[in-house]
Amino acid sequence: MLDATKKPLVSVKDLKMHFPIYAGLLRRRVGEVKAVDGVSFDVFEGETLGLVGESGCGKSTCGRAVLRLYDITSGAISIDGREIGATPQTALREMRPTMQMVFQDPQASLNPRMTVENIIKEPLDEHTKLSDAEKREKVGELMDAVGLNRKFAKRYPHAFSGGQRQRIGIARALALNPKFIVCDEPIAALDVSIQAQVVNLLEDLQEQFGLTYLFISHDLSMVRHIATRVAVMYLGKIVELAPRDGLYADPLHPYTKALLSAVPEPDPSLARSTQRIILKGDVPSPSNPPEGCNFCTRCPSVMDICKRVEPEYREVHPGRFTACHLYNDTIDTAGSTAGHEAEGHTQ
Amino acid sequence: MPDGALPVLNVRDLKTVFQTRGGEVHAVNDVSFSLKPGELLGVVGESGSGKSVTMMSLLGLLPSPPADVRGGTVMFDGKDLLCVTQEELRSVRGGKIGFVFQDPMTSLNPVYQVGFQIMEPLRKHMGMTKRQATARAQELLELVGIPDAKRRLNDYPHQFSGGMRQRVMIAIALACDPQVLIADEPTTALDVTIQAQILELMKELRDKLGMAVIWITHDLGVIAGIADRVMVMYGGQVVEHAPVKELFNDPQHPYTRALLKTIPKIHGGRAARLTIIEGQPPMMTGAPTACPFRDRCDVAFDRCAAENPPRYDLGEGHDAACFFDARTGGPRDA
Repeated sequence: MLDATKKPLVSVKDLKMHFPIYAGLLRRRVGEVKAVDGVSFDVFEGETLGLVGESGCGKSTCGRAVLRLYDITSGAISIDGREIGATPQTALREMRPTMQMVFQDPQASLNPRMTVENIIKEPLDEHTKLSDAEKREKVGELMDAVGLNRKFAKRYPHAFSGGQRQRIGIARALALNPKFIVCDEPIAALDVSIQAQVVNLLEDLQEQFGLTYLFISHDLSMVRHIATRVAVMYLGKIVELAPRDGLYADPLHPYTKALLSAVPEPDPSLARSTQRIILKGDVPSPSNPPEGCNFCTRCPSVMDICKRVEPEYREVHPGRFTACHLYNDTIDTAGSTAGHEAEGHTQ
Repeated sequence: MPDGALPVLNVRDLKTVFQTRGGEVHAVNDVSFSLKPGELLGVVGESGSGKSVTMMSLLGLLPSPPADVRGGTVMFDGKDLLCVTQEELRSVRGGKIGFVFQDPMTSLNPVYQVGFQIMEPLRKHMGMTKRQATARAQELLELVGIPDAKRRLNDYPHQFSGGMRQRVMIAIALACDPQVLIADEPTTALDVTIQAQILELMKELRDKLGMAVIWITHDLGVIAGIADRVMVMYGGQVVEHAPVKELFNDPQHPYTRALLKTIPKIHGGRAARLTIIEGQPPMMTGAPTACPFRDRCDVAFDRCAAENPPRYDLGEGHDAACFFDARTGGPRDA
């Protein structure tokens, strides 16, 4: 799994993505939505980093910002050894083949007027100089890889079901042999029995092509299945990042605890006996986050300091990062790399 | 759940067909179920399994054409809802039977104040004066846990968050003290922490008000936590029906078994690979002549393609529509 020899393929430092709000007659800038507000993480080669959080917490924005689909407000992003945080969009084109994206809604992310073949072929047209015959062969291979019948290459997206459309989206993302794929809620729009098919496919492809994923999802049980490490976001910030087993067995941050306890368990005897932490109220607006810790308005273990000082995001145990004043006393272990996986095992 | 009590709602052999250009789509096939007072019936199924259409058919909420409720009886309050006049049906809907829809963003009218929308059924069904209705509306908002209820009555839907809007929807559905509340995926559009709030609220309200609830969802986790009995639907039919613990501990239909295996768990052992159900859900064109699940089933045999299995009674309120007997490991006798 994870060891000291692995180097980060993607490294994000203090990423900020603020969207301006314009109001009034003169459309003056009156504030900003801090969708992503100072996020740092690494994604190691061959791993899957799960990014979870509730709607509006900035997880999708974060995924898109990492691929520079936005011009970010500030921060540094390095992918495969190249710094792309401030690179102009035109210069990013040559980087695009290494980093791809699978979108949430397979209905909206495929052009209804293009055949499946043309959809999967488009990145090849843009970025390679293959001949038509070679491209067709490549499209055929990709369709095989994602489990679509080659005979359907001339059909249009409407002729496919949701799960199959998501496979088309995955084939398109794979076309240029990327190293890093951001999967933005790839299974959210699918039925339960189809979700498992797509997740298994993503895992197979990861093994086959040595891919690295940033897997964005609000489905905590699915993330537990697919991710190597998990980052939890709340209101534009990462509140906790930890290896999968440690996070699910022993969450540190109060928000992670509440989030995990809120997931309905498909087991009636367990579901009725477990004590849920029911959070009061709603998520504050990202245009006007509270002072101090972002979670202080809903936190069950809130202290005085939380309302004044923003907690620092740091490594409190080896491999386990969190931003919470409850762990102020723990010795700072930043820099140590050993024993990531030995930490907090399940069951 | 009171045993032996007379059911408040009794649905027998409900059949709904949609006329489409591609032919007839049999969305609901001979669905039967009953609901006792104070009981919470969970209805699970994937999209297109007919769970919403079933509930909308029994309240006459489907536009006709294309929908055509072909047969069956829906006994409620001594009357068959499929035979009563529009007028009578209207007095039942929103009155004695409340309905909470899936999407709280689109099911409230954006141009009316929330207070007006809660008061509407009170004034129409209960004949309250404006003053009485206002007081009751405030009471309802407090009941569903909206702080500062009096002031919020004058707010418009866009001023509420998703979870709050769903609470408003529940308040409207509860307005006339319904005997039956039908909740169609009420938490699907919400986040898990908000979903947990709504689930707690529903359990509390059910105990406090003693109404019967039909809870439609595709999330087995939600069902496990809230339902007394569960009905699993597939291809427009009820494939299994059992008390909640029975269903999770001893599923008898291959579809239920497969469904329980495909979902990853948040506690306990983590499977190296997810079990999948191969194939796609059925199209449901034409009247069913065979088991809808046979193409994806791992125990299907020749009889499954020749006949549509009836619901076999397995005792203790458990039944399953399958020719294969999982308990003996062989086919059931005719």
